Amino acid sequence: MAFIPHTPADVTAMLAAIGASSLDELFDEIPQELRIHSLERIPEALNEMQVGRLMSERALADGLLLNFIGAGAYEHHIPAAVWAITTRGEFYSAYTPYQAEASQGTLQLIYEFQTMIARLTGMEVANASMYDGASAMAEAALMAVRANRKSKAARILVPTSVHPYYRRVALASTHNQGLKFEELPYGAADGVLSLATLARHEADDCTALIIQQPNFFGRLEDVDALTDWAHARGMLVIGVVNPTSLGLLKPPGQWGAQGADIAVGEGQPLGVPLSSGGPYFGFMTSRMEHVRQLPGRIVGRTLDAAGKPGFTLTLQAREQHIRRAKATSNICTNQGLLMTAATIYLSLMGPQGVARTAAMSHARTRELVDLLTHLPGVRSAFAGPVFHEAVLQLDRPVAPVLKALAARGIAAGLDLAGLYPELGHALLVCATETKTQADLERLRGALAEVLQPARAA
Amino acid sequence: MSKLPEDLKYTKSHEWVRTLADGTLEIGITDHAQHALGDLVFVEVPDAGRSVQAGEACAVVESVKAASDVYAPIAGEVTAGNVRLSQEPEAVNTDAYGAGWLWRLKPAPGALAAAALMSAADYQQVLDAEGG
Repeated sequence: MAFIPHTPADVTAMLAAIGASSLDELFDEIPQELRIHSLERIPEALNEMQVGRLMSERALADGLLLNFIGAGAYEHHIPAAVWAITTRGEFYSAYTPYQAEASQGTLQLIYEFQTMIARLTGMEVANASMYDGASAMAEAALMAVRANRKSKAARILVPTSVHPYYRRVALASTHNQGLKFEELPYGAADGVLSLATLARHEADDCTALIIQQPNFFGRLEDVDALTDWAHARGMLVIGVVNPTSLGLLKPPGQWGAQGADIAVGEGQPLGVPLSSGGPYFGFMTSRMEHVRQLPGRIVGRTLDAAGKPGFTLTLQAREQHIRRAKATSNICTNQGLLMTAATIYLSLMGPQGVARTAAMSHARTRELVDLLTHLPGVRSAFAGPVFHEAVLQLDRPVAPVLKALAARGIAAGLDLAGLYPELGHALLVCATETKTQADLERLRGALAEVLQPARAA
Repeated sequence: MSKLPEDLKYTKSHEWVRTLADGTLEIGITDHAQHALGDLVFVEVPDAGRSVQAGEACAVVESVKAASDVYAPIAGEVTAGNVRLSQEPEAVNTDAYGAGWLWRLKPAPGALAAAALMSAADYQQVLDAEGG
């Protein structure tokens, strides 16, 4: 049965109203080469039992690799209570409810989420969440252009040590709005942005500087000096932060003399499992002075007509249903379910739990780097401190090495050859609190074995 | 409704225009407009130096009910925005024709003559026709 409600007569009537003679004519702006003319490569329909079998087989093919890949998505322990509570019927919604104030429990939960994120980042106000970290960074760039009225150039400085996918998303979602991203190189020896590199933009009209902490290489940027440099030149500072790292590192609200103006990040490390890349969620915060430029939903606490405390959507004049085309963004909902999981995760972990997770992840990564760089043919790409990720350089191409390690049940890291060819045979590795000393030893042993034959040959 | 100041010019979209001694124009929204909007919670004014076309959205007034654009009645260059309103948006409610001014403008040559501004009496007729 086809789930298309239009009869041929309906279609003809609609085409006549539009003034197109056929469906093909209606769609003629779609280039021929993008059209599919037959579905011959789509297999025959399967029944439910067959699909179940197929999916289990595919899942088995993925295997259960011991994972050392980070690169923006991190494997952390998730207490069982997080998803047991999140999937209760009362919480089970992907969005802010439509008749929002009728769902006081959901609004209270969002309010708690905003409070936790604001405290974690040291910022004054947080919204109800975004799609993911990358889209949050793109929205932060747009927000900076609206908020920094002294700058006319809509030019954003972005180091190439910021996650490459985040930069791509930001470019794709803003280039029709006239934003320019000026890419700044990282130091070849230390993998971070230097003031000397920034000084080349001393005289330019720049709107904002993006700083990712830790950066894509896991390295720690000199956030205080970079923030003060940008503020002294009338730029806003956008911090892109890993929420777990804030258990150890200075929050963006305290960077430099004045703190970052906008801080965003990927929320996945807070209780969201690695599931083939998503769904994840972003968080977004700012100073109160810029709150009217902040996109997305914001829940506030108020008193009802009887003087009792309650929760309500607030500052909605920023939003699309009120401001139409002049809204701060087309974001008019939030990532409700994942934000719920994060709120429950944070409430179970508490500040001490997040700090211990961060400290343990940092310690495991240091041990891992120490173990692996003692192998012949493996060295650290950059000098200086890291959080829970590091770039290693091998004495041969990384891809075959990763393949050999995968055959031994280990996902050993991300090959950077495609993203950063200038780094040579570079491998990005990550170890979180989920890895035991035995796991680290297993990777060391397997890598030694894989590297051995070529050296002997 | 309070009496309309006679020394001001008015537009159909409820802005007022005052000619200052140096020929600069001061622009705001009328008492009728602020009353219709309700208590203002936020006002965004244009920056000095911005050139605007007649009919261009220049300022935003946001009340607890709605957010509305305020349009430039006359083309020219903004010489000042009333930045005090970012801290005290309620000045538009309490003193629409005084402390609640939104921006000042140096009119483009001929722009003032070209603008279809109304006298207080004519604007009063517009209000009467609207039932205000």
